[in-house]
Amino acid sequence: MNPNLPNSFRSGPDERGHFGIFGGRFVAETLMPLILDLEKAYADAKADPAFQAEMNVYLKDYVGRPSPLYFAERLTEHLGGAKIYLKREELNHTGSHKVNNVLGQIMVARRMGKKRIIAETGAGQHGVATATLCARFGLECVVYMGAVDVERQQPNVIRMEMLGAKVVPVQSGARTLKDAMNDALRDWVTNVHNTFYCIGTVAGPHPYPMMVRDFQSIIGHETRKQMQETEGRLPDSLIACIGGGSNAMGLFHPFLDDPSVEIFGVEAAGHGLTQLHAASLAGGRPGVLHGNRTYLLMDADGQIEEAHSISAGLDYPGIGPEHSWLHETGRVKYLSATDEEALAAFQLLSRLEGIIPALESAHAIAKLSELAPQRPKDHLMVVNLSGRGDKDVPQVGDILKARQK
Amino acid sequence: MSTRIDARFAELKQQGRSAFVTFVMAGDPDPKTSLDILKALPKAGADVIEIGMPFTDPMADGPSIQAAGLRALKGGMTLRKTLAMVRDFRKEDNATPIVLMGYYNPIYIYGVDSFLADAKTAGVDGLIIVDLPPEEDTELCIPAIKAGLNFIRLATPTTDDKRLPAVLANTSGFVYYVAVTGITGSAAADSKVVGAAVARIKRHTALPVCVGFGIRTPEAARAIAETADGSVVGTALVDALKGSLDAEGRATPKTVSAVADLVSALAQGVRGAKQAAE
Repeated sequence: MNPNLPNSFRSGPDERGHFGIFGGRFVAETLMPLILDLEKAYADAKADPAFQAEMNVYLKDYVGRPSPLYFAERLTEHLGGAKIYLKREELNHTGSHKVNNVLGQIMVARRMGKKRIIAETGAGQHGVATATLCARFGLECVVYMGAVDVERQQPNVIRMEMLGAKVVPVQSGARTLKDAMNDALRDWVTNVHNTFYCIGTVAGPHPYPMMVRDFQSIIGHETRKQMQETEGRLPDSLIACIGGGSNAMGLFHPFLDDPSVEIFGVEAAGHGLTQLHAASLAGGRPGVLHGNRTYLLMDADGQIEEAHSISAGLDYPGIGPEHSWLHETGRVKYLSATDEEALAAFQLLSRLEGIIPALESAHAIAKLSELAPQRPKDHLMVVNLSGRGDKDVPQVGDILKARQK
Repeated sequence: MSTRIDARFAELKQQGRSAFVTFVMAGDPDPKTSLDILKALPKAGADVIEIGMPFTDPMADGPSIQAAGLRALKGGMTLRKTLAMVRDFRKEDNATPIVLMGYYNPIYIYGVDSFLADAKTAGVDGLIIVDLPPEEDTELCIPAIKAGLNFIRLATPTTDDKRLPAVLANTSGFVYYVAVTGITGSAAADSKVVGAAVARIKRHTALPVCVGFGIRTPEAARAIAETADGSVVGTALVDALKGSLDAEGRATPKTVSAVADLVSALAQGVRGAKQAAE
């Protein structure tokens, strides 16, 4: 453990957006005034009870919150250890946790008078959530998506277009999430006067990592309350998958100062950590990209390397800066799951619980088979089921069919 | 501290003309051709040279400069080799100011202190780092000034009067006014609007103000030169270079002259400008 442990793990970031050495505001001057405006607008919104009250109405009646905390009985029996609960974020409107953050940011954008919303998306879940709320509030919506992801996540592309969004396939670089974020930033620099950039994860320049975390923290707050109601105490461990890390941060943050709660993040190990993967903490080091300092996959010259994961939502060579800090302080343990492990978990949860998980969330499920059997039957383990797998059905179906031949 | 940049702008002021600043990407399309282009620039009329440090994820650059960076990286360019290129250039030219322009990550990974020492030794005069706003001055700006390098800041149409003092506070050498909100290679801005913006910046600083983004032709360069202390051309040169490559993207015998000829034409434009009344 790091000898310079903070008094609280929940007090960050500082006023310059730093979590330890991570975070910051590494952006072009054109964007800087807007980022300062956003910081102020968000601080005002946070302090305004009417803002939270309005959010709560939409969270309940439009998103469908609270999401259930479900005891996965057959999965628990199958693994023969800890008592496993699933936080059912996949039941939210639009099918993932992404909507929690998008709702918050769209409300802030409305306060700022912005009429045009842009977003980047990997798996398309954030894009769908953004397109949905733009439709609901009558805002123009442009979604940047890597051309490779447009191919492998067709159902979500069709959904976004049905919702009235313009999907721009990004042809630069590896044509995945990183490149989508580059092009979204380029759009923002160009259309800075009327455009709000709705970032989908706990990354980017300050205040995004903090703001997105705050909007996602409803996951952890509800889990705390629900577990108290069901079991009369706190959970013993939490597990969530991590690309940029917003579903994980949302679940973890309210528990960071409860030392009895073990916390595990699961990165995407792709073909394996010695081959192509997307595990920035396991295989990267600190660098600066997309507005913040954080762990990144890169070469000796500081050039960013292409990530690989079967799951488009985790296919990113970086991670939110607060995760980098929680990793270095040792408060959260970061593990990784390969494409194969995620595929197996995808099928396991489908067969045992009748829930088809998103391939992203399947990475968290995959680590249960290592963590749950080692723990006693009264150990309460919560997995964030961050998204549903409908969007992955064609891709997984093709993979499984190819293997039968 | 006085750098080659300060000396060059003082000299041009005496001559009563505006500076012509050229941008080329280090290592594009290969290290040798790139050095030959660099050596040809002063003779063709470049007063100040900006050299792009290739980066995989240039978030403020348009397709042309993105592609130039990727060609350079594919050709094996690294930050270390970029510094070596400046060293080679300095063997023949000790007067033309060299400004390195790019993104922070390769420098951060090189190590800030060793980078600054090596850059100074190589003969670099200034730095423009797109993703380091004044809010992050402790990262590189302050150490660069201590190392004797100019730290040239970008001011943009979104940098209002309230913010300008913060942007100018640790700026030296010159101020780079980005004429449009957008990425490199965007459409040109109206020269009257640019003139007003330059005048606004000059109310806050005695530093020379150069204007870039969207300048592609001798006529456009002349119009800018009439209101600003310098005009920067990048994308047009990169496009000229690209147009001279063979089908596999390799240099041809025409590559160096394709860039040098355009620089000559643009320099003529700048030199034809009537200097604005001070």
